[in-house]
Amino acid sequence: MDAFTPVVIAQLAILGFVFVMLLSAAAGMVYAERKVAARIQQRMGPTLVGPYGLLQPLADIIKLAMKEDLRPKAADPILFALAPIISAAAAFTAFAVVPFGAETDFFGLLDQRIPLQVADVNVAILWVFAVTSMGVYGIVLAGWSSNSKYSLLGALRSSAQMISYELSYGMALAAVLLLAGSMSIREIVDSQAGSWFSVIPRWFIFLQPIGFFIFMTAGVAETNRAPFDFPEAEQELVAGYHTEYSSMSFAMFFLAEYINMVTVSAIATNLYLGGWHGPLLPVWLGWLWFLAKVGFLLFFYIWMRWTLPRYRYDQLMAFGWKFLLPLSVINLLVTAAGVLYFGL
Amino acid sequence: MGFDLILFYVFAAIAAVMALLVVVQSNPVYSVLLLIGSFIGLAGLYVLLDAPFVAVIQIIVYAGAIMVLFLFVVMLLNAPREEPAPSGLLESGATRAIGAVLAVVFALELAWALSRSRTLATTDAYDMPRSFSVPDIGQRLFQDYAFAFEATSILILVAMIGALSLAARHVLEGRRRG
Repeated sequence: MDAFTPVVIAQLAILGFVFVMLLSAAAGMVYAERKVAARIQQRMGPTLVGPYGLLQPLADIIKLAMKEDLRPKAADPILFALAPIISAAAAFTAFAVVPFGAETDFFGLLDQRIPLQVADVNVAILWVFAVTSMGVYGIVLAGWSSNSKYSLLGALRSSAQMISYELSYGMALAAVLLLAGSMSIREIVDSQAGSWFSVIPRWFIFLQPIGFFIFMTAGVAETNRAPFDFPEAEQELVAGYHTEYSSMSFAMFFLAEYINMVTVSAIATNLYLGGWHGPLLPVWLGWLWFLAKVGFLLFFYIWMRWTLPRYRYDQLMAFGWKFLLPLSVINLLVTAAGVLYFGL
Repeated sequence: MGFDLILFYVFAAIAAVMALLVVVQSNPVYSVLLLIGSFIGLAGLYVLLDAPFVAVIQIIVYAGAIMVLFLFVVMLLNAPREEPAPSGLLESGATRAIGAVLAVVFALELAWALSRSRTLATTDAYDMPRSFSVPDIGQRLFQDYAFAFEATSILILVAMIGALSLAARHVLEGRRRG
């Protein structure tokens, strides 16, 4: 069987590359979060480990790996071990359909052009949804199997929050699907190439400013980040669903959280900010644009966390159901009318 | 073709074995999780049938939404083990005999259905496209089957209102009184 053609090897290489990059992105986010938080609070942040404290994430990982993996006596052993694995696996899997650059033949090394992504699926958007909904299980099971009231309350809050905001998230995405006429993220990105009046780039954020706002708000809620970080509200719930976790299983939840942030930012970049399309750079360097945009959104995440105070839980639910959801329905209707009557 | 066949057996085995384990073991939380695994195996089979849309919907609706509901109910009732059936009923000879007869009938029925399905599957009686695209499904749903679609939505609305009125009965009564 002629399985290992150069194209297959290249695709496997991309798969490995994405895996390693997501791991390093999570490590980079730990560093960035601590550094940005420190600067916002007029501190220095980590400076001791390596130049400018750059090796701090590595030190954190070693510290976590050396710790004892504790498990409460009353916990369900199988589910307690399974929950962080589900969370981390779902986080990695969601990124599989996210493209990060134009099609390339790697400077003529391959005799056909392959896309810079793990899998180009024609139902990519729905795939992201499906995998995100699997990620909820990791959190719910972590909370339940720990057999601790803080964990259970955190898990219940988290899942209620994720289920509530998934609706607005989906409605915002549906408006983009209407504009692009496709569910493949690659085709959505390619329909944003070029510019209006050769000045404004043809990005969907200019057609869907409200959609972008809804998507980012729901995205922050989906990833359980401040100001929507109730599942881990320290003052009320100790640490929420991962209260009882320690060592590497705790690290896996953090890995999942940071990778989910990267995924949401990458999808927002592809759907609203034109992905790898941008002025000045040639197409084959488009991934630089992609990285820059994702980096900016991730910075925005951290910036928001240290700027805004946490909402109250009832405010979160009221905001999600009574403001964000109606807004997203109206946005979808207006977009549909625009596509139907004005051919946007 | 060989690789597809291997994948078929892998996904089919996941779906069947997990479905069996749902019934066999007694912890309801595990049952819910195994059922999710079984649904994911089914989704894999849909992908092999060139129906990625159906596969993803299977995961979103069944494995995602409905099973979350199941999991919540099971978790919040906090039933660590299923209660064994009342002892007298299972032990008696009559129930065992009825069970055995039913099992044989069911097995025969299954064998008969499977032996017929082979002749059905190979015919090209359906002039349907090999794979449905999302626009195709949308067209059919909102034009050919629009009535069924709307009827379903009304049924679901009725069920929602019913559930709400049951859950909020004491709230409404309290408001009326006070």
